[in-house]
Amino acid sequence: MLRGFLKINMKKLLKNNLVIMIIFSVVVLTMPIWMQPFGAAYPDILQKFVIFGVFAIGYNILFGLTGYLSFGHAAFLGVGSYTAVWSFKLLTMNIIPAIILSVIMSGIFAVLMGYVALRRSGIYFSILTLAFAQMCYNLAYSVLTPITNGETGLQLAKSDPRVIDRLFSEAGEGLPSTTLFGIETSGYSGFYISAVVMIIVFYISLKIFNSSFGLKLKAIKSNQNRMRYLGFNTRPYLLTAFVISGMYAGLAGGLLAATDPLAGAERMQWTASGEVILMTILGGVGTLFGPLLGVIIIKYFENIFSAINQLDLHSFYSIFPTWLENAMVSISSLFVGEGWHMTLGLLFMLVVAFLPGGVLEGMQLTYKKLTTYVSKKRNKTGGESKKETGVNHGK
Amino acid sequence: MGSKAVLQVTNVLKTFGGLKALNNLNLTIEEGTVHAIIGPNGAGKSTLLNVCIGQLTPDTGTVEFDGQIITGLAPHEISQRGISRVFQTPQIFEDLDILQNVMIPALAHIDGQFTFNAVKDLRHRNEVKRAAMEIIEQMNLGDQLHDRAGAMSRGNKRRLELAMCLVQKPKLLLLDEPTAGMARADTNQTIEILKKIKATGMTKVIIEHDMNVVFSLADRVSVLAQGTIIAEGTPQEIRESEIVKEAYLGGAKI
Amino acid sequence: MDAILLQLLNGLDKGGAYALIALGLTLAFGTLGIVNFAHGALFMLGAFCAVTFNKFLTISKSVKDESITFFDAYKEVPYLEIWWGDTGAAIIDYAVPLSILFAIPVMLLIGWALERGLIQYFYKRTHASQILFTFGLAIVIQEIIRHIFGANPIPTPAPEIVSGSANIGLYLGLGENIIYPWWRLIYFSFSIIVITAVFAFLKFTTFGMVVRAGIQNREMVGMLGINIERRFTIVFSLSAVVAGVAGVMYAPIVPPDFHLGMDFLVLTFVVVVVGGMGSLPGAVAAGFLLGVLQSFAAMNEVKEILPGIDQIIIYLVAVVVLLVRPRGLMGVKGVFED
Repeated sequence: MLRGFLKINMKKLLKNNLVIMIIFSVVVLTMPIWMQPFGAAYPDILQKFVIFGVFAIGYNILFGLTGYLSFGHAAFLGVGSYTAVWSFKLLTMNIIPAIILSVIMSGIFAVLMGYVALRRSGIYFSILTLAFAQMCYNLAYSVLTPITNGETGLQLAKSDPRVIDRLFSEAGEGLPSTTLFGIETSGYSGFYISAVVMIIVFYISLKIFNSSFGLKLKAIKSNQNRMRYLGFNTRPYLLTAFVISGMYAGLAGGLLAATDPLAGAERMQWTASGEVILMTILGGVGTLFGPLLGVIIIKYFENIFSAINQLDLHSFYSIFPTWLENAMVSISSLFVGEGWHMTLGLLFMLVVAFLPGGVLEGMQLTYKKLTTYVSKKRNKTGGESKKETGVNHGK
Repeated sequence: MGSKAVLQVTNVLKTFGGLKALNNLNLTIEEGTVHAIIGPNGAGKSTLLNVCIGQLTPDTGTVEFDGQIITGLAPHEISQRGISRVFQTPQIFEDLDILQNVMIPALAHIDGQFTFNAVKDLRHRNEVKRAAMEIIEQMNLGDQLHDRAGAMSRGNKRRLELAMCLVQKPKLLLLDEPTAGMARADTNQTIEILKKIKATGMTKVIIEHDMNVVFSLADRVSVLAQGTIIAEGTPQEIRESEIVKEAYLGGAKI
Repeated sequence: MDAILLQLLNGLDKGGAYALIALGLTLAFGTLGIVNFAHGALFMLGAFCAVTFNKFLTISKSVKDESITFFDAYKEVPYLEIWWGDTGAAIIDYAVPLSILFAIPVMLLIGWALERGLIQYFYKRTHASQILFTFGLAIVIQEIIRHIFGANPIPTPAPEIVSGSANIGLYLGLGENIIYPWWRLIYFSFSIIVITAVFAFLKFTTFGMVVRAGIQNREMVGMLGINIERRFTIVFSLSAVVAGVAGVMYAPIVPPDFHLGMDFLVLTFVVVVVGGMGSLPGAVAAGFLLGVLQSFAAMNEVKEILPGIDQIIIYLVAVVVLLVRPRGLMGVKGVFED
C-alpha cells in the first residue's frame, strides 16, 4: 500500500518541471566528478558534451517534434562559430556579445533557409537543406575566403581592432583570450559556462515539449494533412521550430568558438549534420534526454576510440599468441584511430536497424520486460494476487 | 425548413485527364438540414467533398459558404470558416493519445491561424481540456483517454475523428461514409450519435452507402451520377423515384 | 563561340557521370522505393575496381635492369610483360577499359549481397530510416576502401592512345581553339551507350516492362503475382552495375580516392530531385543539364560577374526548380509525396 502510494507520488514528482530541472542541473554540473571513473573528467571533452548537447537538443526540436529530417544544421553551427570569432576580432573578447550575435546570425540564416526549404516536405526537404548547407560550405571555401579565411580557418590575430576592448584598455602582449567579464572561458570555467547555458536551453526545450505549441508540432509529425483540415496553417509552426533549432545550432557554434576561438569550414560540411542526426537518433528521437545521452555516448567513444593506436592494440592483445595477436590487431585497427568513422558508420546502421527508438527506448523496453518478468514470477508464487489484479483490470 | 443556404455549389466542373468527375454540378445545402448525397461508385461524391474543403480546386465554377466564395482558399482557411470533414479512412493523429487528438482541434478553434505560445499556454489549457473531455464522453471514448489513437479499432478511430470535428463546433460538417466498414452494433451507435448531433441543429452533409442510415437521418437526399445531380428531394420522394432506381439502385450492386 | 562550345563539351563528361549515377539511383527508388545514400559509394567502388584491376595486372617481379651497366640495378617488370611481351604491355595499357569486364561481375555481386543482406529489410521502413541506414552504409564502405587503399588519390591512367587531346575544332572546321581530351569524349560516348542500353533493356524486355510498371504503381505489380523479390534484387544489382561502370570509366578523369563517392552523392541527389524523382528520362536530362551548367558557371567571364557561382550553381538551380516545379522537371505524380 505504502509502496504504491510512494510510487505514484514519485511519478508525479518526476513529472514536475522544477524537480526535473533541479536533478538535471545537479547531474550536469557534477559531471567533472562522476565522469572521473570513465576517464572523461577533463575540460576538453566535458565542454564537447555540453556544447554538442545544445546542438542536439536544438536538432531534436525540429527532427524529434516535427519529423523533418534536416541535413543542413551544420551550416548554422558554422555560421555561429564564424560570427563569434568575428565578434572577438572586431568588438571584444567578452563572450556575451559573441554568443548573442551568433544566435542572431544563425537565426537569420535559418529564416532564409527554412522559408525556402519548408515549402517541400519529406525527402525533398532533406535534399533542399542539404543543398543549402553545401552552398554555404562551398562558398566558405571559395569566394567568402575574406570572411572565413578558407582552409586555414578563421583565427584571432594581434592586430585585430577589438573596438570595445580598446575603449577600456591598451592591447596587451600576445593574443588575448576569451573571457566572461574577466573570467577566462577555457578549461573548467568554459565547461561550467557552457553547462549553465545548456541547462537554460534545456529548460526552454522542456517548455516547448510540454506546451501546446509542442503538441501541435507533434501533431504535424503525425498527420500534417489532418492539421490543415483542422484549420492550422502548418508552415509558420514548422518555420518557428526550424528557426529555433537553427538558433540552438548557432548557439552551439558560438560556444565552440567561445571555448576555443577558431572557426573552420569543415564544421559546415553535411557529414557534420550527419553526426548530429546520429546523436539524436542514437539517444532517442523526440525524447527530452535521449539526444543528450547520444551526444555523451558518441563524443565519449570518439575520444577513446580515435586515440587508440596500433601500439595500444598490441599491448591489449599481448596475452594471445603472436599470430592471433596480429590478426586481432589488424581487425581492430579497422575500427579505432583513423577508423573511428567506420565504427560511427556501423553504429549508425545498427541503431537505425535495431533501435529506431534509440538507446533510451531500448532501456525502457528492457526495464518493462524485466518488471513484467519479475511480476510474473511473483504471481506464480501467489495465485490470489493474480486473481485480484485480474478483477481490477476488468473494471 | 430553414431557407438560408449555407453551402452553394455553382456550376462546378472538375476533370481528371479526360474524365469529368464533376460535370457542371449545382447543389444547395440549407441551414440546419441533414443532407445526404448518394450515388454509385465513381459518381464524384468524394471529389465533391474534396472541392468543398479546398483539397482540390475546381476547373470552373464556385463554391460559396455562408455567402462568401471559398474556391481557391487554402484548406486551413476554409476550415477556419467553419467547415469540418470526417474522411472515409479516418484521418487522426495515430501517434498521439485520444485526449491530445481532441485537444488539438479545440486549440485550432481558440488559437486561430498561428500562435507561438510556448510559455503562456496554460491560460487556455484547462478550457481546452474541458471542451475536449465533454466531446470524448459524448462519444463514449472516456475510458481510453490516454491510449494511443493508432492502436484503436477502426470503429473507434471513426468516432474519434467525429469527436475531433465536433469539438470545433463547425457550421457545416461533411461526413464521408461515416459507417462504412463498421460492424452492425457500431453502425447503430454511430447513428445514435449522429441523431444526437442532429438535435443541435448543425448542418450536415452525409455521403453514405447504407440506405438505413440515409433514411433514418437525412432531411433531404441528392442523387449524384456521372458528376451531376440527377434527382433531389425528401427521402420519401427519392425512394419512390423511378430515375433514381434506374441510375443508382439498378446500376450498383448492393 | 569557341569558348561556349568548349564549355559545352566540358560539361558533357561530367554530365554523363551525373546522369549515370542518377539513373541507377532513380532505378533503385523508382522500383524498390529505397532512397539509397550509399549509391555514391557504389560509384566509388567502381572506380576502385579499375584501380584493383590495374594493380592486379601490374603485379611485378624485380628484374635486373640491363640498360644500366655501371652497377646492378633492378626494375619492376609486370609478370604480364615477362610472359607475353608487347601483348602484355598492351593489356596493361588498356587496364581501365578492360576492368569494365572485371567490374560488372564484381558490382553485380556487391549489389546482390547488399540487397539480400541489408537493403531488403528496409523496403517497408520510412524514407528517413532508409536515408540514415544507407548513409551509415556509405561511411562503412568508404572507410573499408580507405583502410585498403589509403587516403591518397590513386592515379589510374587511360590507354596511351587516347591520353592526348582531340582537336575537335579542326575536325569540325571551327578553328583550332577547341581542344578536348580524348578520354572525356570517350566517357561521354560511353555514358550515352550505357544509358541507351538501360533504356532499351527497360523498353524491350518483359523484365523491363515489369520494372517500369513497378515505378508507376508498386503495389499493383506486387498484386499481379509477379515474383517481386527476385526482380528487386536484380534491379538493385543493375543499379549497382551502372554506378560501378560509371566509376570505372571515371577513374582516369579524377584519380579516385575514398571520398569520391560522397562528393558525387550529394550532387547526384540534387540532380535526381531536379530531374524529378522516379523519372528516368528526367534523371538523365537533369544530369547533362547540370553538368553543362556547371561548366558554364566555371567560365572566367561568368565568375567575374558572379564570383563563386561555379561552386553553388547546381544547388541554386535545384532550389529554384523545386520551388517553381515542385515535382522536378519531369516528375511523376505521386512518387515520394507524403
